[in-house]
Amino acid sequence: MNTSLFKKIMPAALLIGSLLSANAALKVGDILPDLSTFQLEGKLPGSLKGKVVIVDFWASWCLPCAESFPTMDALQKKYGDRLVVLAVNVDENSSNMEKFLKEHSVSFTVVRDGKQKLVAVVSPETMPTSFILDASGKVCFLHNGFHGDKTRQEYVKEIDSLLK
Amino acid sequence: MKTLTFLLAAAAVLIAGAGCASVKPWQRGNLADYTMRSDRDPVGTEQSEHIWFSREEANGGAGVGGGGCGCN
Repeated sequence: MNTSLFKKIMPAALLIGSLLSANAALKVGDILPDLSTFQLEGKLPGSLKGKVVIVDFWASWCLPCAESFPTMDALQKKYGDRLVVLAVNVDENSSNMEKFLKEHSVSFTVVRDGKQKLVAVVSPETMPTSFILDASGKVCFLHNGFHGDKTRQEYVKEIDSLLK
Repeated sequence: MKTLTFLLAAAAVLIAGAGCASVKPWQRGNLADYTMRSDRDPVGTEQSEHIWFSREEANGGAGVGGGGCGCN
């Protein structure tokens, strides 16, 4: 290939590459999209406004997700009505989620994003990823992965700061 | 001719670009499946390790005995 041709093609290739890798992930400071528009399976909580919310993206094949469930369940029981824990499952096969939930019984709300539309918009970097929202629906804290007691302590500290 | 070459090259780039895909974190269900593990079958794993150390002419290794001939 001659040099001039190379110079013409390279910018196009770089542009295509950058478009392919474009990532508009949900981040701290953003507002969570309206969940009712994503055809999630399962019953969403009535209203998230005015409450502190943990939105957790998880999958049945993800071991740290299983580790995080008892912690989130304990948080839901501890804070009661003041906190909404909403776990969004991203399994393509609903039977995998159902099997997981039989083994990990929880008191918080679980919905399934079977078509993976919401998760594609949110674009979490890891499984699990959880977003802690304030009463206005703004993302205030973001957790990539679950690291046992360290993450639990961070959750408590952050939730307490939002409930003040 | 130059234009045609350019168009063909651009088409090649586009076609090659369309073949690029990255597996997102939420799409790793199949990759995380037990059947994707290379060590899912203990007997198969032992056989593979045996063949490996035989090829490498190494004594011992991976818990398989023998002198590296691959015959035991």
